Amino acid sequence: MKKIWMCASVLALVAGSAAAQQTQVRVMWYSDGVEGEVIADLLSRFEAANPDIDVVLDNVAYQVIQEQLPVQLASGTGPDIARVTNLKAQAEHWLDLRPYVANAAYWDTNFGDRFDWMRPDGSDAIPGFMTQLTLVGGFANATLFEQAGVELPGRGATWDEWIEASRQVMVSQGLPAAFAIDRSGHRISGPNASFGANYIGEDGLPAPVDEGTMAFASRLVDWTAQGLMLPDTWVSAAGTTYRAAADDFANAQIPFYYSGSWQVANLSTKIGDAFDWVAIGSPCGTAGCSGLAGGAALVAVRYTQHPEAVARVMDYLASEPVVREFTERTLFLPAHAGIVAAGGLNFQSADPNVPPALSRFVEASGETLPAADALPAWRWANTYYGALVTRISQVMAGEITLEQARELIDRDIADQVAAAR
Amino acid sequence: MAGIATLLGRAVTSPLVLIARVLDPVLRLWQRRTGTGGMIALFLLPNMAVFGVFVIIPLILNFAYSLTGGAEILLGDRRYVGPEQYGRLLDCRNYLEPLSCREDQFWTAVRNTTIFVTFQVSLMVTVSMITALILNRNIAGRGFFRAVFFFPVLLSPVVVGLIWRWILQRDGLLNLIVTTFGGNPVVWLNDRFYAFAAAVGVSTWAHMGFFTLILLAGLQAIPKDLYEAAEMDATPPARVFWRITLPLLGPNLAVVLVLALIKGVQIFDEAYVLTGGGPGTATMFMTQYIYEVGFASILRNPGLAAAASILMGAVLVVLTLVQLGLSKRAERARER
Repeated sequence: MKKIWMCASVLALVAGSAAAQQTQVRVMWYSDGVEGEVIADLLSRFEAANPDIDVVLDNVAYQVIQEQLPVQLASGTGPDIARVTNLKAQAEHWLDLRPYVANAAYWDTNFGDRFDWMRPDGSDAIPGFMTQLTLVGGFANATLFEQAGVELPGRGATWDEWIEASRQVMVSQGLPAAFAIDRSGHRISGPNASFGANYIGEDGLPAPVDEGTMAFASRLVDWTAQGLMLPDTWVSAAGTTYRAAADDFANAQIPFYYSGSWQVANLSTKIGDAFDWVAIGSPCGTAGCSGLAGGAALVAVRYTQHPEAVARVMDYLASEPVVREFTERTLFLPAHAGIVAAGGLNFQSADPNVPPALSRFVEASGETLPAADALPAWRWANTYYGALVTRISQVMAGEITLEQARELIDRDIADQVAAAR
Repeated sequence: MAGIATLLGRAVTSPLVLIARVLDPVLRLWQRRTGTGGMIALFLLPNMAVFGVFVIIPLILNFAYSLTGGAEILLGDRRYVGPEQYGRLLDCRNYLEPLSCREDQFWTAVRNTTIFVTFQVSLMVTVSMITALILNRNIAGRGFFRAVFFFPVLLSPVVVGLIWRWILQRDGLLNLIVTTFGGNPVVWLNDRFYAFAAAVGVSTWAHMGFFTLILLAGLQAIPKDLYEAAEMDATPPARVFWRITLPLLGPNLAVVLVLALIKGVQIFDEAYVLTGGGPGTATMFMTQYIYEVGFASILRNPGLAAAASILMGAVLVVLTLVQLGLSKRAERARER
């Protein structure tokens, strides 16, 4: 009995001292699809290989990232690593990993193209890496088009042509609407650029709303008034509230849905073999056929007490095999230059709609316009998006005119710029 | 068994007795020095500390925020701008036309809240009164119905909002009924009138049980002999209601009215989940405006949100003072 007690005590002491030696790294993570499970699996492998680091994965709602993380960062706290989409505006809070990572040249080579999206202007910091690239673009329900006897508009088709074709499907199939766009200023900024919009003034500050933005905004308002755009997403909410219409598309309520590449896994899971769907890239305006690039990044937070341990976790997650596996399992577009160049990604999906959809998004990423490409690294992009969605929704609801909205958007943006200066 | 109970009782009380014995001389000394007032203050201290930490200090901080500007989140990082945020909120050519105001969304929220309170409180008091009158009668299944009407009060406002959203959305239960009877589905929450009516109706449904309970208590406190006398005089029921029930229920009714007013001004969670403030800004109320501007919106401005909440707090203080006044009057009436 005495021996058992002694053994137990020794074991407890060993376990206790091992726990005491472990460095804890907290990761704040949100998920759109299956990536939460994938990252948990990847991190458990890291922990097995690195017993001195205990990685705690906090799976949170996206709203927590948007509303609570900024407060934590402002007070100098927060997680050690976070997955965020508001990259540039919070750049001052990210840790420069350059002195800590094992091979800074690897990071520069493979992720360097997008560092400016997440670091202050003029900095050479390595704040983290993009877990995925996204591209705004559309999806069409091929089965509904076929049933309606309407041909899918081909490459180079304009927004007007797409909406007209979708209208015919709507009428033929008795659908509640022809199309929907997620309720987000980000989502309409690619189409705005396609009509010649430019948000960035010569001084780098927000430019007044131009005719390009007005051209697409007036179309959106008209399409809503005609009952072509699903009102549930844009009209039935106030402020900058985000609403996606993915469920309406997955339930075959709309033949055409404009969202982005991150929906591929979600749509594949929800639709299954209920109908055939295709990714179509972005319809064209007068200036081009632009989507808008973006994505989520995993960044290190500068208030961490363990930058070396954080860098080891980041080195592991940014390594080529891990990024490749993460990409293949989540069906995201990779942001790793080496993987993109090597190609040969084996996306893990039995859904025949997935590979062509991802290929179409990769092709469409070459069709974006410079005015759209400049936005992810521009500090005032979110401010512009917020003002657009707030005021255009009011026009759709019949509260203000488009001209009033134009003035109010400029005023809202000017207020934000003045507050920040 | 009794022995075990005694043992357990001692196990629980003995540490308390020990603490009391240790503290006894200190408390006696405190009482000798400060008198009864000091003891009262001492016993109130823990509550006051909690109240101070969670109410008074945030209130002061909120006021301080309302005097600052800038995009920073922490108070210490923000710059002092004086009453600028209040000026911005109150800068208006015509308060009845929100678009003529510097902060048009704030005045839209004020207008919406005023209309909401007017309709919701009227509906709430009327429905609660009718329900209380019915439940006060000797009807079959009275206990069951009392529980049924009170049940929504126990639900989380978010649950209430979600349930009604599922009923009212495009593919919701209500449209299923409408289409079953050959009608065309209506997107209730995309129509300004229906969405506002839904916010009023759902909020009334969710809270009427509480107010019904207050009125029911008042009805049961009315002496029965008054009704018996009226019955002997063959007084018509309507006259009994207007001459006996309503005057004697007055104090309870006043409390219900003011409490419903305060709750109406604070409307947020169920309406936010139900309509998201839409369509457009048709159901955006004061609290949602403050939440959006302070925390949720991409275009956030903590100073402006703090100033708006101070103004809303001032309205609530006035309503609370009215309630206190009415309660005191009711108390005096009862004493007479």
